[in-house]
Amino acid sequence: MSLFDWFANRRKADPLSQDQQEREIADGLWTKCDACGVLAYTKDLQANQMVCLECGHHMRVFSDDRIAQLADPGSWVPLDEGVQPVDPLGFKDRKSYRDRLKEAQKKSGLSDAVQTGLARLDGQPCVLAIMDFRFMGGSMGSVVGEKITRAIEQATRDGVGAIVLCASGGARMQEGMLSLMQMAKISGALDRHREAGYLYIPVLTHPTTGGVTASFAMLGDLILAEPKALIGFAGRRVIEQTLREKLPDNFQTAEYLQQYGFVDAIVPRTQLKRTLAQLLRMHQKPKVDGAIAPQDTPQGTPAALPQG
Amino acid sequence: MCAASRKNQLLDFEKPLVDLEERIERIRQLATENGVDVTDQLQHLEARAAQLREEVYSSLSSVQRLQIARHPRRPSTLDYIQAMSDEWFELHGDRRGGDDPALVGGLATLDGRSVVILGHQKGRDTKDNVLRNFGMASPGGYRKALRLMEHANRFRMPIVTFIDTPGAWAGVEAEQLGQGEAIAYNLQQMFRFEVPILCTVIGEGGSGGALGIGVGDCLMMFEHSVYTVASPEACASILWRDAAKAGQAAAALKITSWDLKELGILDRLLPEPLGGAHKNPLEAARTLKQAILENLSELDRLSPAELRERRYQKFRRIGAFTEVPVAAEG
Ligand SMILES: [Zn+2]
Repeated sequence: MSLFDWFANRRKADPLSQDQQEREIADGLWTKCDACGVLAYTKDLQANQMVCLECGHHMRVFSDDRIAQLADPGSWVPLDEGVQPVDPLGFKDRKSYRDRLKEAQKKSGLSDAVQTGLARLDGQPCVLAIMDFRFMGGSMGSVVGEKITRAIEQATRDGVGAIVLCASGGARMQEGMLSLMQMAKISGALDRHREAGYLYIPVLTHPTTGGVTASFAMLGDLILAEPKALIGFAGRRVIEQTLREKLPDNFQTAEYLQQYGFVDAIVPRTQLKRTLAQLLRMHQKPKVDGAIAPQDTPQGTPAALPQG
Repeated sequence: MCAASRKNQLLDFEKPLVDLEERIERIRQLATENGVDVTDQLQHLEARAAQLREEVYSSLSSVQRLQIARHPRRPSTLDYIQAMSDEWFELHGDRRGGDDPALVGGLATLDGRSVVILGHQKGRDTKDNVLRNFGMASPGGYRKALRLMEHANRFRMPIVTFIDTPGAWAGVEAEQLGQGEAIAYNLQQMFRFEVPILCTVIGEGGSGGALGIGVGDCLMMFEHSVYTVASPEACASILWRDAAKAGQAAAALKITSWDLKELGILDRLLPEPLGGAHKNPLEAARTLKQAILENLSELDRLSPAELRERRYQKFRRIGAFTEVPVAAEG
C-alpha cells in the first residue's frame, strides 16, 4: 500500500484526518511529491536526498543539503564567506534591491546565491561551488561572479578539479551590466583552468537558464545534469510568444539537451557523489613512477617531500 | 526622401525641434517670394532652434537614448565597414552548415592595415529585417564569428567587433543548436586570442547576445548607444510585472554610455553628431575609425602574453561587493 492509499484510507475512516494531514505536512513531518502527489515521511525522503521514493522526482534541495550530500564528512572548507553584496545601482522596482537582499539573506541564512569551498568526494580533492536557488532565484550578480571566479582560480592554483552545481534563473537584473560581465569574468577564469590542464565539471540542476547557461554551465570539459532539470538559454514563454506555437513537453529538459548533444550524462542525485568522485579519479595525472594518487593535500598545498 | 517619410522616422522628442525648423524654412520661402526682409526675425528663430537642439539632445533620458540606439536609420555594421575601410572582402559561413545573415564579417583594410571586422547586422526596412532577423544572431552566427576570430588570430590580424543586437535569437531551433553553448564558448575563447580585440557598441547591446562578441581589450560605445543585461521591456515585465514600465526599467538598469563609464565597464565613449549618428553617418564613421586606429597603435606595444593578461585583469576587476572578515569558528 502506498502512503497515498494509506492516507486515503485514513481519511475515509476519520473525518478529521484531512486537517491532521495538512497539519503534519505543515510541520514538515511529511512531504508531498510535486510530481506524483505521494506523501513520504520527510526523514525517509531526506535519507534519499529528496528524490521521491515513489516516482524518482528530484525535489528542490539547497546548498547546505548539497554540501552534506557531496562532501566527505569534515572535508568542507568554505571559501570567501566574507564577500557580501552591495547595491551598486541604487536599484528599485516594486521593492528596493536592498530590501530584497535582506529578505533573501534572512530566508536562506546565506550572504548571496552561492557557497564555495574545498571538499573531498570519496577522498578526491576538488573545489566545489554550489548555487542556491532560494536566494533570489539563484541569480548571478557580482558576489556570485566573484566567488565562483575565486573558486576556479583556487582550483587552478591547487591543481584540482572544479565542480559547479548550477541552479539559476540567470543574470541578476538589479546589478545591471555588472551582472552580465560576470559571465565573461567566470569564462576567463575557466579558460585559464582549462589551459592549465585541469578538469571542470558543471552539474546542471533545476533550473539552469539565461546567462548561466550562456557561460559557465556550458563550458564543462564534461557536463552532467540531474534528471528532468530545466536547462535552456531563452525562457519558454519568450519562445512561445515569438513562435505562437506550443512547444514539446520535454523542451529544455536535461533529457532534451542530451538528445541534442549538450549533456554528457544524466545522473540521478543519489548517484552524483559517486559519479563525480569517479570522474575526478579518472582524470588524475599519473605520478612520475606511473602510480596514481591525489596531487595535493586537503589544504591544496603540495604534499611536503620527505626531508633528508 | 519625401517629407512624410522623413517625419515617420522622427522620434517624438524631436518633434518640437523639427516643427520649429520647418517654420523657419516656411518664413524664409515666403520672404523670398514676396521680397520682404525678415533677417532679424530669422536670426531670432534660428538662435531659438539652436538652443532647443542643444536642450533636447543634452538632456536625453535613458529611454530616449534607447530610441536613438534603435533608430531605423542608425548606421549599421555594414554601413560603418563601407565608410571606413579601404578594402572589404566579406566572408560567409560557420563551416557547420549555415551562414547567419544576422552576423556579418570579413577582411578589411583600415589605412592599409588588415583587420577582421565582424558584427551584428540589423535590417534597413521590414523586408531586410526579416532576412537579418532584426540583428538577432543564431548559434551559427556566434560560431561564424568564432571562426572569423580564429582566422584573425592565426594570421595576426586585430579583431574589430561591432555590437548591435536586441539579443541572441530565442527560438526552438536556437535551443536545439545550443545558443547558450555557442555564446559561452565565444566568451571563453576570446580570452585566448593573442591579437588585439576592440569591441564597439554601435547601437543596441542586448544581453548575452551582445557579450558573445564583446570580450576584448577595449570596450567602446557611441554616446547614444545602450548596453543592457536584459531588455528594459523584459525587465519591466519581470520585475514590475508590467511591460509598460519599460521607461522606468531603462533608467533603473543604467544602460547608457555614461552609466557604463561610471560602473567601470566602458573604456571609451565616442561622441556622436548632434542628434545621433544617423544625422551624419560619415562623421560618426570617422570618429569610430580614428578611435580604432588609436587603440590599435597602443595595443600594438603589448606582447601576446601581456595582451592576454591585461584582458583577463580588465574583466577580473568588474563587480561591486564588500568583503568583511569572517568570524573564526568555534
Ligand atoms: Zn513522486
